[in-house]
Amino acid sequence: MRGIVKRFPGVLANDQVDFAAAAGEVHSLLGENGAGKSTLSNILTGLYRPDAGEILLDGRPMQFHSPRDALDARIFMVHQHFRLVETFTVAENVVLGDHRGEGRTFRLRHSAIERRVAELSKRYGLAVDPRAPVWQLSLGEQQRVEILKALYREARILILDEPTAVLTPQEADALFATLREMAAEGRTVVFISHKLHEVKAVADRVTVLRGGRSIATVQAADATPRSLASLMVGRELEGPVVARARAPGDPVLELADVWADGDRGGPALRGASLVVRAGEIVAVAGVAGNGQRELAETVAGMRPATGGTIRIAGRAIRGGDPRAAIAAGVAYVPEDRLGTGVAPSLSIASNLALKGYRDPQASRGPLLRLGRIRERAAELIQRYRIAAPGPSAPARLLSGGNLQKVVLAREFSGKPRLLIAASPTRGLDVGSIETVHAYLRDAAADGVGVLLISEDLDEILTLADRVAVMYEGAIAGETARAEADVEEIGLLMAGGRASHAD
Amino acid sequence: MRIERRLRQPRWLLFAVPAGSLVFAFFASGLVLLATGHDAVSSYRQIVDAAFLNSGAVGQTLTQATPLAFTGLAAAAAFRMRLFNIGAEGQLFMGAIAADAAGLYLGGAGWPTPLVIFAMIVAGCAGGAAWALIPGALRAFFKTNEIITSLMLNYVAAYILTYLVFNTESYWRQTTGFNASVFPTAKTLPDRALWPGAVIHVRGGVALPLGAGLAVLVAILLWFLYTRTRFGFEAQVLGDSPRAARYAGMRTRRKILAVMGISGAVAGLGGASQVGDFSHMLDADPNGLQRQYYGYTGIVVAALARYNPLAVVPVAVLIGALQNAGNTLQGADFPSGLVGVMQGIILFSALGGELLVRYRVRVGRALPAVEAA
Repeated sequence: MRGIVKRFPGVLANDQVDFAAAAGEVHSLLGENGAGKSTLSNILTGLYRPDAGEILLDGRPMQFHSPRDALDARIFMVHQHFRLVETFTVAENVVLGDHRGEGRTFRLRHSAIERRVAELSKRYGLAVDPRAPVWQLSLGEQQRVEILKALYREARILILDEPTAVLTPQEADALFATLREMAAEGRTVVFISHKLHEVKAVADRVTVLRGGRSIATVQAADATPRSLASLMVGRELEGPVVARARAPGDPVLELADVWADGDRGGPALRGASLVVRAGEIVAVAGVAGNGQRELAETVAGMRPATGGTIRIAGRAIRGGDPRAAIAAGVAYVPEDRLGTGVAPSLSIASNLALKGYRDPQASRGPLLRLGRIRERAAELIQRYRIAAPGPSAPARLLSGGNLQKVVLAREFSGKPRLLIAASPTRGLDVGSIETVHAYLRDAAADGVGVLLISEDLDEILTLADRVAVMYEGAIAGETARAEADVEEIGLLMAGGRASHAD
Repeated sequence: MRIERRLRQPRWLLFAVPAGSLVFAFFASGLVLLATGHDAVSSYRQIVDAAFLNSGAVGQTLTQATPLAFTGLAAAAAFRMRLFNIGAEGQLFMGAIAADAAGLYLGGAGWPTPLVIFAMIVAGCAGGAAWALIPGALRAFFKTNEIITSLMLNYVAAYILTYLVFNTESYWRQTTGFNASVFPTAKTLPDRALWPGAVIHVRGGVALPLGAGLAVLVAILLWFLYTRTRFGFEAQVLGDSPRAARYAGMRTRRKILAVMGISGAVAGLGGASQVGDFSHMLDADPNGLQRQYYGYTGIVVAALARYNPLAVVPVAVLIGALQNAGNTLQGADFPSGLVGVMQGIILFSALGGELLVRYRVRVGRALPAVEAA
């Protein structure tokens, strides 16, 4: 790709970007959010047309008029937000949109497709049941389906947009092995990320984007995480701040033998027990789909518990009633920001008042105090440095990081006792991640009990006072951060037994 | 030429685009007229005369516009929360049945007029709300699709309406007198139950029906409810994202029931106005009220008004005027299909105009690349 320029109203997303990837290599595209990585890959996959510049494939200039042209050139992308039809099975999703072979026949021959999918998943170590409907799968499994789609269509170029965001370290390692194998077969893998150690681990070469420009292309072997980070951010980063040990207070959350059903119908929480005290950060680690989401939703009242007791600040709360949980002082930063955390078409001011609109500050009797709500929104936008056109702009216009700040601003300003943060930094750039981490630490310092659910072990180890590992719906083990050992945690996540867990 | 998304939607556009769409629609309909060999200017003059300027024309326009305002408001109230109540038709019938019963009974019992009218209003609202709560409850408790259930109930309501007068000696049916023995007919309301109209002395007197005033009042109340109250806030959130509403601790089921109830009550009030203002009896003829399709046209009115209650009233007057003109002008020298064509073109260009509110069309080539730094 040479001299690619793409502008959107008010933004120059790609400014003379050059990018070249060779067959048989894993080439990483590194950059903060807004650096232009996604735009560049959308151009490569035919979703956008560049305003200037050209795309050369095997030295021949290509004109992509639609994603279909790119697919015909066997360029395939795994988006950060998966493009799957949730009600279809894995095999159906794999043939969807394929206009050669099986996908083209009028009548789908399920068994043949399923056999082929099973074969591919075995060969590349992408374990997934071809007959399972996609909505039943964890995010990690859904990603495997996306990769299977690409393999099924014999992709020559596979682009992955932040693929590890939903994976555990072990799953990520398995993915890296798959990617390396694909590269060894002569395919080109473009790996988009802003996690430095991953880039080091998987890539042959790295191209760094910043502010819509390509800054440098370096050999991964020659680069250090530090050198990459300074290329990416344009300044030196501070090292990770080590959390101070705090004296934890009274328990704010006590879970005793809690059971709850998952979306698939069967129990997803199987007797989870956990205590979070005021002023401490307890992290729940685990492979995606082991009940972490259900745990967060059950405590927040979004999902009824089928057994066990949940106590907030010593008082048992009624399950399955979000309002009761909010009243008891539970703040919840959901994993699915855009779908659950905000009402996307409503204004930022409305979204900041989403939970507080019942308070006397926001309403008098049945009437809303619109002036107050707007003032408060302006205040929060300033205090949390939310980059927004104004309080009345719809929330969906915000970037991921700013959207998360809206959710955090609302949840913190409710003066909670317990804060549940589910993958709070997923998909955010380095700068925003630091901000979110600082907020979580501040909350704990203020005496809020923080339950952090994360699949990012680095994040857990920088933030948490204690680490609890979930496996198959229960807490498999707990360790204090001071004595936490990545190997040990990884073993627990995979269902192994801890040597010194009680 | 390129089409780009607007980052900001200027306020004036929200008025300019519908007005522009309307002008465009008249222009396009004019082309249709010319193509079929009619004089566009004189046809439009005929329409304006028939809708507004002829003696009694405004009254007839209001007769059409008033029920459309009610059904339009009913649709707007529900659609704002993405509850697709398309049962305003049936809810209007049930409101008419209930209000007629109240008027016949209480008017016959000699109650004073204001009380009778008040009781008719309450009965009309209750009848419509009760009918709307059937799909509402099915949706709230069993997650049934309200589009299907509310639509199907329209047919049920229409058959009930016909049945009450044509197939049974019900309370609503006139059973004595010569005419009644020849052809089934409904009882006429006693004088005490007739709704008064304000008369404005322009162009030989224009009668402003009570229902029209009520519709304006309801529009203002609905606008206030949706923009200024906690209830409206919850409905907005629920309409935009049911998951976010649940997350914020809102009572989803209650809200669905309440909004369906309100929507049905407004449609039912339209039925009460139908009886009290205009027909003065239950119009059960399958070729009468049921052929007006007020409930369905109300959905079009609401869509044109972008579900804004305040905009529903003028839109209802516009559509009502067109229908009135279409009814009176049917004849040899006026193309009978024209009004239908115009309504279609207006709807089409209004929906197309939406695109201009959200997107910007830029004519010319792409901007030159920014100079390399």
